[in-house]
Amino acid sequence: MAVPAQVESVPAGHKRFVGLRRAFAPIAEARGMARTMLWLGAAITLGFVLVALLAPVIAPYEFDQFRTSEGRFAQLEAPSRDHLMGTNVQSTDVLSRIIWGTQTELKVVLISLFFSISIGVPLGLLSGYFGGKLDRVLVLIMDALFVFPFLLLAIVIAFLLADKVGQGIFTAAIAITVVYVPLYFRVVRNHTISIREEPFVEAARALGAKPFTIVRKYVFFNVVQNVPPLATLNAADAILTLTALGFLGYGIQPSDGAEWGYDIQRAVSDAASGIWWTGIFPGLAIVLLVTGLTLLGEGLNETINPVLRKRPRGPVDFSEPVESE
Amino acid sequence: MTAGVTPVVAVRDLRVYYGTPRGAVRAVDGVTLEIGAGEVLGLVGESGCGKSTLGRGILGLLPEGAVSGGEVLYEGRNLVGMPSKELRHLRGPDLGLIFQEPMTRLNPLMRIEDHFRETLEQHEPALTGNEIRKRSLETLGRMGIPPTRFRQYPHEFSGGMRQRIMIALALVLRPKLLIADEPTTSLDVIVEAQILSILADLRHNFGTALLLITHNLGIVAEACDRVAVMYAGRIVEEGPARDVFIEPAHPYTRELLRSTISLDTTELHSIPGAPPNLISPPMGCRFHPRCPSAMLVCAVEDPIEEALDSSRVSCWLHGPFARIPDGGTAPLEREEIGVAEEA
Amino acid sequence: MAAKGTSLRQYLVTRLLLVIPMVLILLTLVFLLMRVAPGDPVSAALGGRVPQEELDRIRDELGFNRPILIQYVEYLGDVVRGDFGVATTDRRAISDIIVENGAATLELTFFAMVVAVVVGVTLGLLAGRFRDTWIDGGSRLFGIVIYAMPVFFLGLMAQLFFGSYLGWLPTSDRASPLVDATLETHTHLYTIDTLIAGDWDAFVDVVKHLILPAVTLGLVTAGVFIRLVRVNVIRTMKDDYIEAARARGIDERAVVYHHAFKNALVPVITVVGLTVALLLSGAILTETTFNWPGIGLTLFTYLGNRDYTAVQGIVILFALVVVFASLIIDFVNAYIDPRIRY
Repeated sequence: MAVPAQVESVPAGHKRFVGLRRAFAPIAEARGMARTMLWLGAAITLGFVLVALLAPVIAPYEFDQFRTSEGRFAQLEAPSRDHLMGTNVQSTDVLSRIIWGTQTELKVVLISLFFSISIGVPLGLLSGYFGGKLDRVLVLIMDALFVFPFLLLAIVIAFLLADKVGQGIFTAAIAITVVYVPLYFRVVRNHTISIREEPFVEAARALGAKPFTIVRKYVFFNVVQNVPPLATLNAADAILTLTALGFLGYGIQPSDGAEWGYDIQRAVSDAASGIWWTGIFPGLAIVLLVTGLTLLGEGLNETINPVLRKRPRGPVDFSEPVESE
Repeated sequence: MTAGVTPVVAVRDLRVYYGTPRGAVRAVDGVTLEIGAGEVLGLVGESGCGKSTLGRGILGLLPEGAVSGGEVLYEGRNLVGMPSKELRHLRGPDLGLIFQEPMTRLNPLMRIEDHFRETLEQHEPALTGNEIRKRSLETLGRMGIPPTRFRQYPHEFSGGMRQRIMIALALVLRPKLLIADEPTTSLDVIVEAQILSILADLRHNFGTALLLITHNLGIVAEACDRVAVMYAGRIVEEGPARDVFIEPAHPYTRELLRSTISLDTTELHSIPGAPPNLISPPMGCRFHPRCPSAMLVCAVEDPIEEALDSSRVSCWLHGPFARIPDGGTAPLEREEIGVAEEA
Repeated sequence: MAAKGTSLRQYLVTRLLLVIPMVLILLTLVFLLMRVAPGDPVSAALGGRVPQEELDRIRDELGFNRPILIQYVEYLGDVVRGDFGVATTDRRAISDIIVENGAATLELTFFAMVVAVVVGVTLGLLAGRFRDTWIDGGSRLFGIVIYAMPVFFLGLMAQLFFGSYLGWLPTSDRASPLVDATLETHTHLYTIDTLIAGDWDAFVDVVKHLILPAVTLGLVTAGVFIRLVRVNVIRTMKDDYIEAARARGIDERAVVYHHAFKNALVPVITVVGLTVALLLSGAILTETTFNWPGIGLTLFTYLGNRDYTAVQGIVILFALVVVFASLIIDFVNAYIDPRIRY
């Protein structure tokens, strides 16, 4: 449901905040399950972000460190006091790799998302609002890309880029960016199209507002509401894709940093010998982070999306006397 | 109410409040009225005055968070507070409700035939398939829908036809009272006239009483026996339609009539101000901030209902004068009413 | 506005025609992608393993020396005739790969989809109906966590628990070596082939091998359905005709089952189509985890060997499958919802 942004009547300095604050006011009103999900998801996500930021401080060892001055670490050692989550076959500390891995995952996903949104959203806006040939061409390309299963597309792109650019963070980031651009494009475009037909946009046009002004002031404000829940849920999916790439060997190279998917792939052969800590911990890290992001995204969706929003309710007392204004 | 006839439905001091974090919205705040058998009662008022809530409140079809108090008496039973299962049995065969937007009120995946079958199977399970078909086709026929279209889907009908289907769907169960909530508001004028004539004839063809909720005074004048005027959750005037329109007793009714546009209109007239906030309505008479004839007492005391001939009105202009304190009849001084009050 | 009911047939024809430009674009895209890589497909696949003259000869033989446009036209022509060529590394006919390994993936994804739909739709319907109760919260949490689990992680844990620890179920391959060797394959769908052969033991063996991979993949996918079905149920319950039905005194259970659920499931059918894409992605991961000889594992192997021709053929297959799946979904939708028939 569209809300006309009344920016004219507010002093210039506060323009953006009034609009944004209005857009996100429902979060404060969130009740019940939506609220629980929102705050729980935010807490988990924030926790991981902190871990990523503080990695240099809290990680006991480097991500590829297999010795200290006192000597080499034991290989495949079970969780112990020195190594809270044990060591893997290369004698590196599992816990440290989880912590450093957080940095890697979040870094790559954030970069990719930033680019996906920067490309997908404006394209969707322009394509949706102006239509015409540009729109048709873009839609055809985006739909074709959308047809490919996410992982397949990512693998193919990573595979192709590997020869040209070499594997690593850059390749993985590009692969993930490309995979998700059509998603933003499509959602933003569809929403723009439906808003374009709303009476208040037509009214603005009748008043002689220039197209870019309309897009900027009215359409963008409405459409941008979609982005945070979408981006959060997208981030969750991107983590899964990234770790899948790592699992298959097309993601981050071991020399660049720790990556959870890669660690799990290494842990597969350990499983036969009953060594569980090399695989379970990275796996749980993935599950926890993705769950956190998904809870956050779903929570946002519930509170912002007018279709799902539940109106807050209050108590009713018939005997209460009328208090006038 | 035509004297001596038992009403089909008697509403006594009905209240419907919606709970919000900012306080209860008093959508219906003490409404009393009666509808006689085969009678057409119009309910008029501005948007947001609570008339839709009243209509739904009678049937108990309120959203979550709404609380009702008072009485709605039907066949000796009070519908307010009745267990929902019992109430559900009355909805349909006894009390019907048709809505404003016919476009969305039919299930797009079900044929018209299926709608009728579902309704009749629910309330009259003893009927055979053939009987169901016969009754449905007969009612539809009276609405001008040919049998050839019985198996079509809703999207294949125009708005006016869908509204007729809705009316037929309500009447096939022969309810004693049909509540029509703005049934023609979203239809064009010609179709509106057709639907209105169907509704006005209900008493002859089906013996059904009708509560016609609308903001359009013209419709009421044309189709209704009696009319009740509603403002801010309360009935301010009620009486035979002709009388009320020719000689309106309440200033609000008068202003409403003056605002209607006809061929004689030379100048647009509107009522200054905006409808009041239903969470904290004005003290005293709720119309007093916008009333051109307001007196001092109007801002302080709730008006008491007075009976006039065959109508009743809640306005201090008509008394009871014994209850007005000294000096209360002096005109009320106010600043110019602001145009954009918080509603 | 009285819309004339467009016949189902007209819609099918129109829709089918629309597929053609889409497929063309996809084929072109794949063609370009493969050519974008540096060097040529032959050196990439065989370089270093085969002497230079051999490389040149093979390159010539496979037609990689000709101008791009001619290659493109021939490529399109081949695809239309169903000739996908031969893998550069092991000379296996790609159409064979598609049929044999494709059938394995089909079997896996089919049963996974069954699991996903049964678990996901049921929980989604319950969650939507009983919104904000523990049923809702529990279903949603389950859906979220299960989807957050990478397929390979869930598979790994399943293997550890049911395979190594409990020893109940096999953890890799489609069938035991004996069954694999002796099975007469007609359809390449082992479940059907064993039944055709009348070999009950073999059938049981094949099913046992199917359980872990199919349930793993299916559960993860169920998460998607739960979310979607729930949202649709909630949305549908707010629709106007629901209120109108209640006003006619239809009892709540009938309202929920006949009106809400049925209408809510309509868009879900579209999602089933979209989920095909998801399943294919998941199949790649599941097959590598369980060593299931499907098209995903095959793709992975060929990727590792840099066999562009094989990769090209398989990727086209994936894309075509998704396109046709969505076509079928649209047909089903049009059948169910009479409004959609343009």
